[in-house]
Amino acid sequence: MGSITLEKVSKSFGTTKVIPQIDLDIADGEFVVFVGPSGCGKSTLLRIIAGLEDATDGTIRIDGADATREAPAKRGLSMVFQSYALYPHMSVYGNIAFPLKMAGEAKATIDDKVRGAAKVLNLTDYLDRKPRQLSGGQRQRVAIGRAIVRQPKAFLFDEPLSNLDAALRVNMRLEISELHHQLKTTMIYVTHDQVEAMTMADKIVVLNAGRIEQVGSPLELYRNPKNLFVAGFIGSPKMNLISGAAAAKENAATIGVRPEHIGLSKTEGPWQGKVTVVEHLGADTFVHADVDGVGPVTARAPGEFPVKHGEQVFLTPEAGKIYRFGDNGAAL
Amino acid sequence: MATLQTRSAARLMMSPAVLLLFAWMIVPLAMTLYFSFLRYNLLMPGMEEWAGTLNYHYFLTDPAFGTALLNTLLLVGGVLLITLAGGTLLALLLDQPFFGQGIVRLLVIAPFFVMPTVSALVWKNMLMHPVYGIFAWIARSLGLQPVDWLNNLPLFSVTMIVAWQWLPFATLILLTALQSLDEEQKEAAEMDGAGPISRFVYIVLPHLARAMTVVVLIETIFLLSVFAEILVTTNGGPGNESTNITYLVYAQALLQFDVGGASAGGIVAVILANLVAIFLIRLIGKNLEA
Repeated sequence: MGSITLEKVSKSFGTTKVIPQIDLDIADGEFVVFVGPSGCGKSTLLRIIAGLEDATDGTIRIDGADATREAPAKRGLSMVFQSYALYPHMSVYGNIAFPLKMAGEAKATIDDKVRGAAKVLNLTDYLDRKPRQLSGGQRQRVAIGRAIVRQPKAFLFDEPLSNLDAALRVNMRLEISELHHQLKTTMIYVTHDQVEAMTMADKIVVLNAGRIEQVGSPLELYRNPKNLFVAGFIGSPKMNLISGAAAAKENAATIGVRPEHIGLSKTEGPWQGKVTVVEHLGADTFVHADVDGVGPVTARAPGEFPVKHGEQVFLTPEAGKIYRFGDNGAAL
Repeated sequence: MATLQTRSAARLMMSPAVLLLFAWMIVPLAMTLYFSFLRYNLLMPGMEEWAGTLNYHYFLTDPAFGTALLNTLLLVGGVLLITLAGGTLLALLLDQPFFGQGIVRLLVIAPFFVMPTVSALVWKNMLMHPVYGIFAWIARSLGLQPVDWLNNLPLFSVTMIVAWQWLPFATLILLTALQSLDEEQKEAAEMDGAGPISRFVYIVLPHLARAMTVVVLIETIFLLSVFAEILVTTNGGPGNESTNITYLVYAQALLQFDVGGASAGGIVAVILANLVAIFLIRLIGKNLEA
């Protein structure tokens, strides 16, 4: 229970095609992340699965059954919204209990389930509070609590962490991953942040302009990006994409080297450049250099690497870690 | 307004306006209060003498006072009920996307711009008239006896006229409140399995509570002093059936020329308005807290 299949799903708003056509299989219990730049249609796709938007064409199957024309509540999915969409006039208890109340469950059952969910999410002390009296992370947990009490076939998350500060985001990321291991329910998670995608997903779906660019596990996408878009999108800092003479040497229109696959030296190497910016992160140092005949290149060095702005450095791209792309952007 | 100097400068600059407003308020109030303790009748000019609380005694024991008080409350309550219910329904309707939305919204707001005397005359002569009125024509077309609205159901008719004028106000306030409801909240409720009615009861109505409070408070202030509609249509009659406190004060002063008694009535009306205000604030004021 909890597999979702999209067959030839497309969506247009008026004459604009937001999603030309998408086929996708999501297996039961999988943690799938839709990732892509803003405006790529990932939220629309999620809302189509939820039933909040109608697909213009195509079929959505949930557990094999056609759910394309089914009302959102009937699909057995729950959703966590970007704004959390908590009901401001209800207490935390009321918020979590709301879907159960709508399902017409008995009071005692509701109470059990709400308290159970509150316990899992560390909300027991806050059940009487109103949403506005909670911090961002707590609100987020209430929204998740409201989603889990229904025991849905799948959870849908629409950029749930984008309103939180950086530290809390890392925390909630872990909590959601843990929740997934506990519940083993299918989760679909939309984000524009590739770090969230890499850290949480079993399977990443990279979207661009309404099309699926690549589907695969985080490491698969990292190791074998199918095209320039995926190569540039997955990985942080971004892969160095170099065209021109340096690429022609490798018989490609563009070559890509990840910053972590570039060796840095102060004495020797094939590429020579001038350091423009150095970012010390403690564990790592990111060196941005302007390489003669290649252009700007970012390289990752150990944290203690002694280099300053304006110095000369030598860079060595690791053999065998150079990605080659053709004229059309596809990997060679 | 940070420093001491800017604060005192601000006080100095504001004081003329504040003093003017204060005088504007306090002079009529003090004069009314003074007159209310005088035996002061325009038919006997120059015979004013101190009357103590006699004016209050006569006004409060006047059998018309009880009727007028009840009529005032019925009128306010009735109009509030109609405008709140009707306003909510109209706001829900106007919130839907449809063709010609802008023009329809303008039309709905239009009654608010018609002055009370004019709208009362229109209602009296073109809608409710037992011979020429549209309602009479409808009744006759259905083979029914036309109703003489203003004579047989005077208070109800006045309530309808006033409600028609205030419906746009309620609609407007509630519509803007409705538009500020977070779309994701409605969607979340939809995902949670709430049907249209549950969504209205659990999500929309609580969201509208604050706007409804504003409507109730503002309308009450104005409805306690409805006058033009009564003067133009029923003259408070038949008998006292459509007389409210405001109209009673008018009758006392300008029909019986009893300035002292009317002033006492005016002071009673002020006290009454304050009682209603305190009662309302206690009852629904908590909705206004952030």
